Amino acid sequence: MPDPLLGEAWTLSPAVALRPEPFGALAYHFGNRKLTFLKRPELVAVVRCLAEHGCVRAALEASGVPEAQHAAYAAALRGLAETDMIRPRERQAAA
Amino acid sequence: MTLAPARPAPARAARSTRLVDQFELGLDAPICLTWELTYACNLECAHCLSSSGRRDPRELTTEQCKAVIDELQRMQVFYVNVGGGEPTIRPDFWELLEYAVAHDVGVKFSTNGVRLTPERAAFLAATDYVDVQISLDGATAEVNDYVRGPGSYDTAIQALANLQEAGFRDAKISVVCTRQNLGQLDDFKALADRYGATLRLTRLRPSGRGADVWDELHPLPEQQRELYDWLVAHGDEVLTGDSFFHLSAYGPEDGSGALPGLNLCGAGRVVCLIDPVGDVYACPFAIHDEFLAGNLLADGGFGRVWRESELFADLRSPQTGGACSKCAFFDSCRGGCMAAKFFTGLPLDGPDPECVQGYGEQALAGERVVPASSQDHSKAGPTRNQPVMLQLLTRPPVSACAESPLAGFDPQAPS
Ligand code: SF4
Ligand code: SF4
Repeated sequence: MPDPLLGEAWTLSPAVALRPEPFGALAYHFGNRKLTFLKRPELVAVVRCLAEHGCVRAALEASGVPEAQHAAYAAALRGLAETDMIRPRERQAAA
Repeated sequence: MTLAPARPAPARAARSTRLVDQFELGLDAPICLTWELTYACNLECAHCLSSSGRRDPRELTTEQCKAVIDELQRMQVFYVNVGGGEPTIRPDFWELLEYAVAHDVGVKFSTNGVRLTPERAAFLAATDYVDVQISLDGATAEVNDYVRGPGSYDTAIQALANLQEAGFRDAKISVVCTRQNLGQLDDFKALADRYGATLRLTRLRPSGRGADVWDELHPLPEQQRELYDWLVAHGDEVLTGDSFFHLSAYGPEDGSGALPGLNLCGAGRVVCLIDPVGDVYACPFAIHDEFLAGNLLADGGFGRVWRESELFADLRSPQTGGACSKCAFFDSCRGGCMAAKFFTGLPLDGPDPECVQGYGEQALAGERVVPASSQDHSKAGPTRNQPVMLQLLTRPPVSACAESPLAGFDPQAPS
């Protein structure tokens, strides 16, 4: 079964800034002060455009991530969600 | 400006995606930038990494400091480790702190606690993006004051109490590990718990005045082993930055014994120092002409020095191999700390002076020339704050706080 996250609407956390780097980007969360490395330019593209798409799957497609890799990307995004680098969109509206 | 001598060559696979390999090539801006705001200090710690004491008359002005902050914001340097000297004795310290956090540059500052009154503690508790590290080098006054000077333990504890009282959460207690205090690790932990603080352990490097006392203060080999075991047991509760990656060679050869944190010397690649007069060095523990990359006033700004200095280009380039690259533990230990080697007069492409295989001791016993210090802001004469141990030494001492270049740094990447 595909990860339900793929069908949900997500966004980059408003407290997070992305700094481009040769390997991808560095993400810094000004609230919890966590520094995270996004080690693939594709992942950076996905994270940057999450907010523009109705669901994560659409963001992956728009960033040219082949479907075979969607599960792996969903797992990576869940990792990012653990430290609030990205968050579900409803929560942002509530915050 | 000189180029760094040969250092060990990492066995790097072409286009590796390992983060350490990326880091060795350098980043567009530092991750772990330390900024020493002043060489002035009220204390005279025996092991001060920056040989602080007296204010340098060329110290950057308030306006110059703000211009540096503006540039850090443009470069997206998300936070800076502020130290000294004692940064809080700069009259504009609080103004600069507010300016930095208002410009998306978070501040982690190290202090001996001297200016952390209840009022200041309340101000800090109400300010976002500020971290406070109180330097404490003994869990008891006896052990602490031995190196940091009389009264310094009480000052630090009072500051911790003021912070806790004001509701400041998660202050750091920053400890330089020495032969004298390594037996107190559990006591330090208890102290941190008592004040709602996090313990941060850093390595004693023979930098600044630390060179004068390193032989007496640096941990014995069996203590290093105990420290490693303690860190393995408590790794997720304490911060260590990049302090102890040379100890990872106590673990198995496959590198699985590596400690959390960055396991590589980040000098000039992800780590950097701006000193009080705007000189830019590869690392806070490498304040020496050999590691001076340029001056941000004279050389067109910090970003330009970071991107274009010859020294940094050299530190980021693949290096010729040395004795260490043949070591089975090279992948996790990577030859240890450049500054520790340099200031003990050891070759930079050889083992760390505290190499856990014992090669450092052999090297120390051999022929070597300890480099003369290239700058010293120690106070000229003894004062009442002088630590007692220094009365035996010939060079006049003074103070500051050891600053890990990778304070609180967590390189865990989810991808
Ligand atoms: S010289 Fe030592 S302290 Fe400085 S970055 Fe390298 S390992 Fe860390
Ligand atoms: S010889 Fe010592 S310092 Fe060099 S890599 Fe091996 S363990 Fe580390």
